Amino acid sequence: MSFDVETIRKDFPILSREVHGVPLVYLDSANSAQKPQVVIDAESDLYANHYANVARAVHTLGSEATNAYEAARDKVAAFLNAPSRDEIIFTKNISEALNLLAYSFSNASSSKDSAAQQFKLGPGDEIVVTEMEHHSNLVPWQLLAERTGASFRWIPIDDEGRLVEAAIDEVINERTKVVSFVYQSNALGTINPVQRLVSRARAVGAISIVDAAQAAPHLPLDVQALGADFVAFTGHKLYGPTGIGVLWGRYELLAAMPPFLGGGEMIETVSMQGTTFAAPPHRFEAGTPMIAQAVALGAAVDYVSAIGMGNIRDYEHELVEYAVRALNEVPDLRIIGPNSTVDRGATISFTLPYAHPHDVAQLLDEQGIAVRAGHHCARPVCVRYGIPATTRASFGVYTTTDEIDALVRGIGMVREMFE
Amino acid sequence: MTVQLESMYQQIILDHYKHPQHRQLPDHFDAEVHHVNPTCGDEVTLRVRVADGRIVDLGWVGEGCSISQASTSVMSDLVIGEPIGDALELSETFLELMQARGESQLSVEQTEALDDAIAFEGVSKYPARVKCALLGWMAMKGAVAQATQDIQNTVATSTTAGSEVGQSR
Repeated sequence: MSFDVETIRKDFPILSREVHGVPLVYLDSANSAQKPQVVIDAESDLYANHYANVARAVHTLGSEATNAYEAARDKVAAFLNAPSRDEIIFTKNISEALNLLAYSFSNASSSKDSAAQQFKLGPGDEIVVTEMEHHSNLVPWQLLAERTGASFRWIPIDDEGRLVEAAIDEVINERTKVVSFVYQSNALGTINPVQRLVSRARAVGAISIVDAAQAAPHLPLDVQALGADFVAFTGHKLYGPTGIGVLWGRYELLAAMPPFLGGGEMIETVSMQGTTFAAPPHRFEAGTPMIAQAVALGAAVDYVSAIGMGNIRDYEHELVEYAVRALNEVPDLRIIGPNSTVDRGATISFTLPYAHPHDVAQLLDEQGIAVRAGHHCARPVCVRYGIPATTRASFGVYTTTDEIDALVRGIGMVREMFE
Repeated sequence: MTVQLESMYQQIILDHYKHPQHRQLPDHFDAEVHHVNPTCGDEVTLRVRVADGRIVDLGWVGEGCSISQASTSVMSDLVIGEPIGDALELSETFLELMQARGESQLSVEQTEALDDAIAFEGVSKYPARVKCALLGWMAMKGAVAQATQDIQNTVATSTTAGSEVGQSR
């Protein structure tokens, strides 16, 4: 299928609306992506025609809903090239997916179960992240370190927004038990060397976790090629609904992990004396899950797969080349993150010396242009570059070069007002 | 550009942003506070000196958007030299203005007392920006409370001959 952005734009009803009397220019997809009609329809169709609770109802609607929910799991498994559908766990978002791991490891640390010992953490052990993590992949590990007495460490970033290569082998060492890192930075756009980090983690016997929240919408994801132990992403950035995320994990690891949340559907047998737990993935899906959201995520996966993730990656790379060139021509604009198009995703943060990001975003909004201003839930990144915040323009499958031109014109108006 | 936004970025606001008033920390002060706006990273450090029931000096440094910086500047102009009670009352009036979502019901006297600060009325229509406008005012309120409490503590401590009264801050 050839890539035609104008055809794609017609799939997204919100893109035809106006803001402040001018056409919407939505450059905030890294925050949350807009939804194609097929995703909106999938959610409402389930409620309108097939809805009941899953996994327990014997009746027809229960079967239809269960089939739809489990079909979504198959779609996600195929999307990730997972070896088994049982390796796909639905969570409410990526924060919950990462917390699921952190709390399961924490539970393992106080467990007597022999299989769980491999996840045990304590004083002397180290948990490693990078300096460019968003808070979702930072705070759960800080908390795990506090609970277990393990040390919390990070790989620093350089002035260009790349990991300091020389630090990787030092920070990930024989004491490291967990390495969790972002594939593509939400604040900088940097695409990290996943295989380099995963192979170093494997060499020292550490568990590797890839935060693919910003990678899943932009790059083909193949968990077998990445080689990591766990990969997580969230649905709403992948043109899917809110309230649904995914954790993929190697089956043998999931099978050895203690539960995170207890409740219905995650059990094998329950007695007042004790409980045994279901096999993955159900062990980690306590209670009534996000049924309609999972089904709609399945529709989103179908949607991007039909376009082709490789086509999306290539098209967005053209946008990045266009945008980096255009923004570099804006006087005094400083790009925060790699000022190149190599290993860089469709998310560009910048600062302007004459206006604070909140003022920039407010004035751009007045011209119908939606960008994000702030620290992007990655405050340590802003601290690293000595800035309180950035303005961030992020692109998606529906972004056009005309919209990037509109952004540049908008920045010109900000300059007129503040300089 | 729409009329609504023009009413947010009033010339007074832009002037104070470009030429902030009292933007330096005085060497002599009774209290110093540091307030942040965690969602956007606006920050202000503010020092105040009080004497005879008045704010005799106030200065600040900070970083942030035009609204937060200009509002702190306007506030400084308004409260320096004023009785503490009047400054705190003005702070309440400004809070009322900011919470009115563009439909404030202030009296003529209140509006006159707010002086340049009335320029921020347009900001109240933007819920995400209200806390920017309030940052400096809340810092002033906190610093004054701290300064006056310290003075009370000093008085209390001296009159009760070193007892623990008033020390449980």
